[in-house]
Amino acid sequence: MRIVVGQGSCGIATGAKKTASELERLIKEKDLNIQVGTTGCVGTCYLEPIVDIYDDDNNLTRYVKVQPEDVEKIMESHFSCELGKDSSHCITRADEEVIEKQKRVVLRNCGVIDPENIDEYINAGGYKAIEKVFKEMTPEDVIEVMKVSGLRGRGGAGFPTWFKWNAARQNNAKTRYTVCNADEGDPGAFMDRSVLEGDPHSLIEGMMISGFAMGANEGVIYCRAEYPLAIHRLEKAIEQAREKGYLGKNILGSGFDFDLRIKAGAGAFVCGEETALIASLEGERGMPRLKPPFPASKGFWQLPTNINNVETLANVPWIIANGGEAFGSMGTEKSKGTKVFALAGKIKKGGLVEVPMGMTLEEIIFDIGGGIKNDKKFKAVQMGGPSGGCIPAELKDTPVDYENIGRIGAIVGSGGMIVMDEDTCMVDMARYFLDFTRKESCGKCNYCRLGTKRMLEILERITEGKGRDGDIELLEELASKVKDGSMCGLGQTAPNPVLTTIKYFRNEYEDHIYNHTCTAKSCKALFEFFITDNCTGCTVCARNCPVNCISGERKQLHVIDQTLCTKCGKCEEVCRFDAVKRR
Amino acid sequence: MSDFKELKPVLDKYGKVPGSLITILQQTQDIYGYLSKEAIEHISLATGIKAAKIYGVATFYAQFRQSPIGKYLIMMCKGTACHVNGADFIEEAIMEHLGIRDGETTEDGIFTLNNVACLGCCSLAPVMMVKSKDGDETYGNLTKDNVKKILNEIKSRGQEVEAACGL
Repeated sequence: MRIVVGQGSCGIATGAKKTASELERLIKEKDLNIQVGTTGCVGTCYLEPIVDIYDDDNNLTRYVKVQPEDVEKIMESHFSCELGKDSSHCITRADEEVIEKQKRVVLRNCGVIDPENIDEYINAGGYKAIEKVFKEMTPEDVIEVMKVSGLRGRGGAGFPTWFKWNAARQNNAKTRYTVCNADEGDPGAFMDRSVLEGDPHSLIEGMMISGFAMGANEGVIYCRAEYPLAIHRLEKAIEQAREKGYLGKNILGSGFDFDLRIKAGAGAFVCGEETALIASLEGERGMPRLKPPFPASKGFWQLPTNINNVETLANVPWIIANGGEAFGSMGTEKSKGTKVFALAGKIKKGGLVEVPMGMTLEEIIFDIGGGIKNDKKFKAVQMGGPSGGCIPAELKDTPVDYENIGRIGAIVGSGGMIVMDEDTCMVDMARYFLDFTRKESCGKCNYCRLGTKRMLEILERITEGKGRDGDIELLEELASKVKDGSMCGLGQTAPNPVLTTIKYFRNEYEDHIYNHTCTAKSCKALFEFFITDNCTGCTVCARNCPVNCISGERKQLHVIDQTLCTKCGKCEEVCRFDAVKRR
Repeated sequence: MSDFKELKPVLDKYGKVPGSLITILQQTQDIYGYLSKEAIEHISLATGIKAAKIYGVATFYAQFRQSPIGKYLIMMCKGTACHVNGADFIEEAIMEHLGIRDGETTEDGIFTLNNVACLGCCSLAPVMMVKSKDGDETYGNLTKDNVKKILNEIKSRGQEVEAACGL
């Protein structure tokens, strides 16, 4: 019998560490022969902290939302009635289905194995792919399998992985590098963090295979500094892999040398661009340069370099072990395999889901994600982060693959899906993303540096109710100039959130500019709070108002003085009778 | 701090390794909490990299600070999911409660507020991470009220530890 507690960053943030230590304390107190182990995130973040109890036959009972104070009761009920199904913390059938409906390739071990124990990875079939490569395959064979699999880069651009490996291999240089981009900069995407925290060895094995295929003996993982737990687990995994002889000289007697090191990024979104990432690896400001030459011929220290992101590389061991055909049989004709999506925003069951490419947005958001929080109206989903776009609810039957999502103006990107409901203002979303790209622009190209700033200023004035006639057209014109005038992906895609919101939600822009109203009632300058007849005169709002602008006698309808109100929303928050509304 | 002896092992290890500037700056910041002008000049002398260039790198990346921070660094997530779930209101509550804005430190030197791009805990949005010498703690599902409670708890916990050490 063993008990495993999910301890990814998200689990720990909800108190998983305290739950685990309470379990350990109880087990010690009752002198039970049970081990308490750690695992990464299984993906159902909305259920954290999750406690898995495996009996001696490895049957799993899963308990969810387990806080330290729940532990004792769960333990008692679990052992008194064998299945423990009477507990209020037992996972429901509907929540189990969230996981069952997925097809887990990248996340195969996340939430299952202990990421800090290499033996668990090996027992789960780990490092078998690299053994197979050494025994049966040439580098050309590996590249061929990757070609058959149809795997395309999961970081954003969707470039065929085999092609990049092959290009780096074609170069005659003696030294080549394989680099993993683990600088998951796209706000709203966290699948790479989950893999790094939950299954770091799959990334290491993937990098070994890429190194073997392209002839690189050194790998570098460029990891976000905002992910301290990921860096810690990666360091541990690399150390263990070295001890077991999976990294180092003459690995498993194959004659192939390979080693890895971690380089912590320092926080720059532009470093998602390959040439900027390389500059950062070299200790410089992370500014992109013109391509060609591509990194495959002149990359890190001017040597052939291949860069893949975490999710791409974590697919590789599975593909080698199961064959390119098995991977290629999933997904659509041009977008093969599975993809991990990060569901967040106004969604009921937020977390990570991995499904075959080609599933529709509706299936992902409603069938798996459980639909919109508080059963509000689904308005849009933002895909691809600051480089992507907002997809309106009408297009929810769009299959999610590179081609179809690209056709409607967004991108699959790294797989972030931010779901928005009727309370989200689309002009404000565009403003939010422009604020982000404006800050993250490296400043090299004028159009990106100044264009994003000018676009942001226009969006700010629209959300402040000072929009002018012609602003929408001006935004469109600037957007096309910024796209054309920027050298790298950041500037070329920065206008996308603006263009897609104008395309699908032009009426909201017009409402802001011409009618001085914000449809979602979220832009402060364009709505006001008022108190409806629901008011019982309890005085709670008046007592909590920081500027004392609410007046009214006890048991009488209260009134907000609009001239003083700062729209802080405190009254709306504290009202127990749903009497404070926006108009 | 003026002789930078804590920095010696870092410079011995990385000083002459090409491409290590960011690593050196990260470790310097870990030791001193920020990158002072003196520290940059010291690194410049030890590595031979021009101070202007070091300053260029230090100001390019969001992680590096040029002024000291408080005991606890609040990293307020401004990622998309947090934005949609009201991170601006949480930030307002923190600003109101502590009387500081993004990038500022409280007068008592306890808290520094920094907005960050994304902490990757999107399903728990809004989220903040509090960094201190004792480690990093992430707090999710923040509301205007619980964020104040959390900050008060952190402050009083810190005072308890100090009192205990004083004994």
